[in-house]
Amino acid sequence: MYRLTSRVAVNLLTFSSLMCFLLILSAQTSEAKNSEDIRCKCICPPYKEIAGQIYNQNVSLKDCNCLHVVEPMPVEGKDVEAYCLRCECKYEERSSGTIKGTIIAYLSILGLLLLYMVYLTLLEPILKRRLFGHSQLIQSDDDVGDQQPFANAHDVLSRSRSRSNMLNKVEHAQQRWKRQVQEQRKSVFDRHVVLS
Amino acid sequence: MLKLCALGLKASALEERLPTVVTMDNGGFCDDNYQSGSSDDELVDISDVTVDFSEDVPPLDRDYSAGRCKAEWRPNNSPKLMDLLDDTVPGIGTYEDFNTIDWVREKSKDRDRHREITNKSKQSTVALLFSISDAFSGWLLMLLIGLMSGALAGGIDIAAHWMTDLKEGVCLNGFWFNHEHCCWASNETTFQERDKCPQWKSWAELMVGVSEGPGLYVVNYFMYVCWALLFAFLAVILVRAFAPYACGSGIPEIKTILSGFIIRGYLGKWTLIIKTITLVLAVSSGLILGKEGPLVHVACCCANILCHFFTKYRRNEAKRREVLSAASAVGVSVAFGAPIGGVLFSLEEVSYYFPLKTLWRSFFAALVAAFTLRSINPFGNSRLVLFYVEFHTPWHLLELIPFVLLGIFGGLWGAFFIRANIAWCRLRKNTCLGHYPVLEVVVVTLFTALLAFPIEYTRMSSSELISELFNDCGLLDSSKLCSYTSNSGSASGSVNATAANGLGARLAGQGLYTAMWQLALALVLKMFFTVVTFGMKVPSGLFIPSMAVGAIAGRLLGVCMEQLAIRHHEQDIFRGWCSPGADCITPGLYAMVGAAACLGGVTRMTVSLVVIMFELTGGLEYIVPLMAATMTSKWVADALGRESIYEAHIRLNGYPFLEAKEEFRHKTLATDVMRPRRSDPLLSVLTESRMTVEEVERLIADTTYSGFPVVISQQSPRLVGFVLRRDLIISLENARRHQEGVVSTSPILFTECDPPMSPSAPPAVKLRSILDLSPFTVTVHTPMEIVVDIFRKLGLRQCLVIQNGRLLGIITKKDILKHMAQMANRDPDSILFN
Repeated sequence: MYRLTSRVAVNLLTFSSLMCFLLILSAQTSEAKNSEDIRCKCICPPYKEIAGQIYNQNVSLKDCNCLHVVEPMPVEGKDVEAYCLRCECKYEERSSGTIKGTIIAYLSILGLLLLYMVYLTLLEPILKRRLFGHSQLIQSDDDVGDQQPFANAHDVLSRSRSRSNMLNKVEHAQQRWKRQVQEQRKSVFDRHVVLS
Repeated sequence: MLKLCALGLKASALEERLPTVVTMDNGGFCDDNYQSGSSDDELVDISDVTVDFSEDVPPLDRDYSAGRCKAEWRPNNSPKLMDLLDDTVPGIGTYEDFNTIDWVREKSKDRDRHREITNKSKQSTVALLFSISDAFSGWLLMLLIGLMSGALAGGIDIAAHWMTDLKEGVCLNGFWFNHEHCCWASNETTFQERDKCPQWKSWAELMVGVSEGPGLYVVNYFMYVCWALLFAFLAVILVRAFAPYACGSGIPEIKTILSGFIIRGYLGKWTLIIKTITLVLAVSSGLILGKEGPLVHVACCCANILCHFFTKYRRNEAKRREVLSAASAVGVSVAFGAPIGGVLFSLEEVSYYFPLKTLWRSFFAALVAAFTLRSINPFGNSRLVLFYVEFHTPWHLLELIPFVLLGIFGGLWGAFFIRANIAWCRLRKNTCLGHYPVLEVVVVTLFTALLAFPIEYTRMSSSELISELFNDCGLLDSSKLCSYTSNSGSASGSVNATAANGLGARLAGQGLYTAMWQLALALVLKMFFTVVTFGMKVPSGLFIPSMAVGAIAGRLLGVCMEQLAIRHHEQDIFRGWCSPGADCITPGLYAMVGAAACLGGVTRMTVSLVVIMFELTGGLEYIVPLMAATMTSKWVADALGRESIYEAHIRLNGYPFLEAKEEFRHKTLATDVMRPRRSDPLLSVLTESRMTVEEVERLIADTTYSGFPVVISQQSPRLVGFVLRRDLIISLENARRHQEGVVSTSPILFTECDPPMSPSAPPAVKLRSILDLSPFTVTVHTPMEIVVDIFRKLGLRQCLVIQNGRLLGIITKKDILKHMAQMANRDPDSILFN
């Protein structure tokens, strides 16, 4: 029962964090558009002896046309219409908040992962050795459970009790995860049985 | 293998929670109420499914009904309502890693569950609400998958775009802007150099302060290579350290998973995180790979993780696979901004079981995902993809010939690519090349970067290249591809000529010739590096690279055709092609058709590919050229090799995938395929009532089969049912622990009622609840084509072979796959998993 509730709690936690993520994301996208984030870009091809030119203005969608954006107008009088007909004006908008948020979030996750990787590969073995003297901890029950089919079932059924405090649990979960990754690594990188 | 599975699973309970319990409600059975001590769902050993057989079957005249109760069979008039949450032994009904699920069992489990909820809903309001929420949960799940995948895809797009540009320089306005967004509001951009603005500094300008000359080039070159190496290195070590399953494209594995295979951890949290993060790194390192296949994997990870919040899907592998089918549609939908193409992709390419309900759900999920992506607006142009094109110039009927030529090229490229890539992957798998994955990635990146930088068209990212190639030269373009001279005799030089000059306005200029040979070089480079890159240990898709190859070839042909038509416009054939005042031929269209043809040759998609292409381009008038090219490419490629790249990879890895498209044409019978063979030892069977706990335990320890048929007795092997090894082990263990007085000599009963027993005897272990009373059977004379059909259509895992009611042998999915491999003159031992 205890395991069940903890599982529900973990699920709820993941779920709520996911919702938060989505909320933040939607909040960012609907963030008030600041003036930097809209533009009307007109590309005017060469016309007579005037070279091609790009014009960029901060105007709203309804003003996004050649007459409002192209300033100063390189031609005069009756040529304006002919010139403007060739220009293509595009209204574009972006959300710089989303871009900033995404890049910063991405970089921080990447940084965390790298730190964690460095910790796992370099620091942890040293710490363990210093704390326990021997590296027996790393040698977990790798070989148990293969031969006898019942050993695992024992494991399955006896998992419920034991383990009282939270720290142990986290530790255990981490150990399990590490073993799993190790197995994946073996099958993908060493034995090439999957994903080759 | 065994070790891997056992340990992998033990460790994976948290990651990938499988349906825990639920027994089948098969007719009437005795009440076995096991108390569940724990609720874990870990696993046990795995093994092959093969069972022996007894040769000397005595006549069936024994009193086999002795000791059984009369009401052996009775109609299922009162389905037992079980509480789905507890009550049964944990672990029963789940599967081990690298095993195949039994679709029939899963589906009947779901039907039972549904029936129970419907029955209960009539009793109370709470139950009614529960049933409503249960019915609604599928759609809610789809909504969440769409939102999550759309958000992730948007993030990946933004980050990949930024990192790609980071190789060249950095924005001083804010480091998080990519090149285009850096110059967003700048007025310094010119018509010739669209993306130049003072805020964007290349590394050379920042580091040494030069802004011109060879120094700039060398420093930029150096920095480009360094960044590429750094990104690729980070990607591969992250994959190696945290989630090895995150490498590759993922589509072959997802195809296999959807057909019923279980790869624990393949769609887990860590795979999702690492795949998302490293995909960005891999794409922006400039390696010749795309993000489409990995996005399908990412969407499937999202779906699998979200399934954990809904009991209906957490507990049922078959239902979960329906959700995963929809998720793969979502993946393509966000990758290409093509929701309908995504749904068709799921239907045509990846899904194994795709009922109408899943179609609608995929449609909805793809819609939500596309909407989410659109509202994030990752490219700042209100489009879902980078290479959206818009042109509507008509095409001439005779142009179908070059389109078919492109189709032939696509087919040839597809067949060549598959052969070469598989050969390369086999080399990697079997030789010492595979022992240095990190080094391999770094070396390939080094060469890619070194060779790619000097050529303009390989330096830019593949999607930008495709978008440029798809683009039709209008008045507004100033790229080299559009540098045409006008032959009107005026002094307009090499500036873009205007179409107003009429015919011959688009004679190739100097810039175009340069662009042509650069494109030809880029084509060779891309072709070579695509073969080497796909299958490396970083996330790598091949949609974009194949499309790039096709687009380059198409553009080259398009320009040639165009020049041909213009130079000979007075000849009969070309007369109709060029009308005054309009462009003769649109090279962009050729690029598009070429891209479709090459992608079709590699993946062998047809319908979904055409739909994706026209959703990409928005031009309905080009359906016929696209269809012609895709179909030709498929014919040519199929003539040269039957498998698509995904199937080839499935076969290379030996996944147990029963291809639905392949026909079985051999005249073999079930008796030729079933195990045991004549020379093999006897079929290991359990008897209904005469075995003790000790005997069964010994049988389990001595064999590695994943299931055992249960017969009435050894002397009269009439079939009673089938019991899975995993269920048996867990139940026995549970009985030993929690049932009073169970010792090694306790009998095991699969019967419905207890046989008369002396009071002093140890109590019996009743296991009827784990017995599958309706295993599929065929007779020895059933042709294999029918057996294969049954396996395919029903998704069976094993099938028992009987003759005159006596059990003779068993056929498993693995046996069928081995048999098919043997018939096709392949090595039957290449099927690795059962």
